[in-house]
Amino acid sequence: MVRPARPDHLAQRRARTAWLLLLPLLTALAGVALWPLARTFWFSFTDATLFDLAGARFVGLGNFALLLADPEWWRSVWNTLVFTAMSVALEVGLGFAIALTLHAQFPGRGPLRAAVLIPWAIPTVVSAKMWGWMFHDVYGVVNAMLLDIGILSAPLAWTASPHLAMAALIAVDVWKTTPFVALLLLAGLQMLPKDYYDAAQVDGASTWTQFFAITVPLMKPALAVAVIFRALDAMRIFDLVYVLTGSNRETMTMAVYARQQLIDFQDFGAGSAASTLLFLVIAMVTAIYLTAVRLRLSERSALAG
Amino acid sequence: MFVRLIRRGAFGLLVSLIFFYAVFPFYWAIVSSLRTGQALFSTDLVPHSFDVRNYVAVFAEQPFGLNILNSLLVAGTTVLLSLALAVPACYALGRIAFRGRVPLLFAFLGVSMFPQIAVLSGMFEIIQALGLYNRLLGLSLCYLLVTLPLTVWVLTAFMRDLPREIEEAALVDGASPLLLVWRILLPLMAPAIMATGLLAFIAAWNEFLFALTFTISSETRTVPVAIALISGATGYELPWGNVMAASVTVTLPLVVLVLIFQRRIVAGLTVGAIKT
Repeated sequence: MVRPARPDHLAQRRARTAWLLLLPLLTALAGVALWPLARTFWFSFTDATLFDLAGARFVGLGNFALLLADPEWWRSVWNTLVFTAMSVALEVGLGFAIALTLHAQFPGRGPLRAAVLIPWAIPTVVSAKMWGWMFHDVYGVVNAMLLDIGILSAPLAWTASPHLAMAALIAVDVWKTTPFVALLLLAGLQMLPKDYYDAAQVDGASTWTQFFAITVPLMKPALAVAVIFRALDAMRIFDLVYVLTGSNRETMTMAVYARQQLIDFQDFGAGSAASTLLFLVIAMVTAIYLTAVRLRLSERSALAG
Repeated sequence: MFVRLIRRGAFGLLVSLIFFYAVFPFYWAIVSSLRTGQALFSTDLVPHSFDVRNYVAVFAEQPFGLNILNSLLVAGTTVLLSLALAVPACYALGRIAFRGRVPLLFAFLGVSMFPQIAVLSGMFEIIQALGLYNRLLGLSLCYLLVTLPLTVWVLTAFMRDLPREIEEAALVDGASPLLLVWRILLPLMAPAIMATGLLAFIAAWNEFLFALTFTISSETRTVPVAIALISGATGYELPWGNVMAASVTVTLPLVVLVLIFQRRIVAGLTVGAIKT
């Protein structure tokens, strides 16, 4: 038997190779993520404008003070929260229902799974336009259908009316991203151990009992992942809002507000301050999530080891 | 017997509802895109005639063909750059045990959560400094922010699943790690790389915020920006027929592609999330 010569040396060499292979990627990410992010932080403390970045002067917390005093900003924070809470709740609820349906055995399961992928494949801008047309106040098919069934007695201006615009926005986002949630949860369902269900069957537990006693508790981690993924994505929403309802006050989200300051008002300082705040909120939620995942990982490896 | 019949009927209804909900908006876009004049305002769910004038108009009234070409070019370049950077890195992350591996993976997951708006002003400065404003290459570079974390996360998960014996045999034979990736793992990874590339392509094809901010002329616009900015002659009412025709033109190939590769895409979409 041949003993490996100096295994620590070999491991060291492998580690060096690993970092070498990672170097191009890390350089690229530093260039497109870390550096611009750091510059955004810097601009948020300056009076930079769109056409005068070089002449930016340090103004301390001035931009943040103005931002926190702007009711439009707080309105956009509120809109973002409402949008995130409502769309995530609906997407995870509906996604779970679709996942459970797709988990059953029935003829036509393949075509249904394919159909569910269609909204996911459609670009957000295109889905915003498609739904904008369906929500049209005069010629829209949504109004026509609801009038036909008798739910409505008069057509509604879905995307223009202050009360309905947010609902319309949520409806489009739910349509577009529920498939992703459903597929994520379906993958989780397919990994559940079969023997639990066999045992429950032997004990004569009903489908409902099985669902609440086995499926729901075992699916909690997958549901948590879906919620956090969707929430982080919903908080930064820009394209759907910009295309469907523009920058009107009732639906403006934090990202739309920030871009308006940056580009339309050419105020790089204020826009960067708004972007920075949005980043901090998302970073906080991400950090909490990653810590939770790491705790779970170490718990799992402690159990295994 | 009776209860079972009701139950089966209810399930059938549920399946039909889900199917209708998923497919109808796209169906309606296709139907509307084939209607012109007064027919466009009909809410009759069944099409009676087919009229391709909207499609002709979209390409005649703006450089929409060029926009499609731009999108293909930008997304293609982005995918190639992402894969070239990610494949060696994922070999390291998926196959070599070294200190710092797990924190790195979490860092990449963190970057994938970055709101694009948070780098917009910093990116604007870079784009201007490099003279890439209103240039397609500038967009490809920005898109790496979106595609790199995605590519790395998915490829690493795939890479980890390959059997260990293959590379051990190669290493005993004295192959260098780069040769190993290039000659042995890459062919094995081809399907996974295809799936990852497709996911990255779709992400780049759909991107809106950077494309809207960093291009100005209608000749350099990508498809999402071109569609978002289609406007009517009067500026009062949108030419909805044209908008629907443009939407269908760019979405149909995507839908076909996704349906062909659906198994791989689903695997790619879920592999990263499940394995955390």
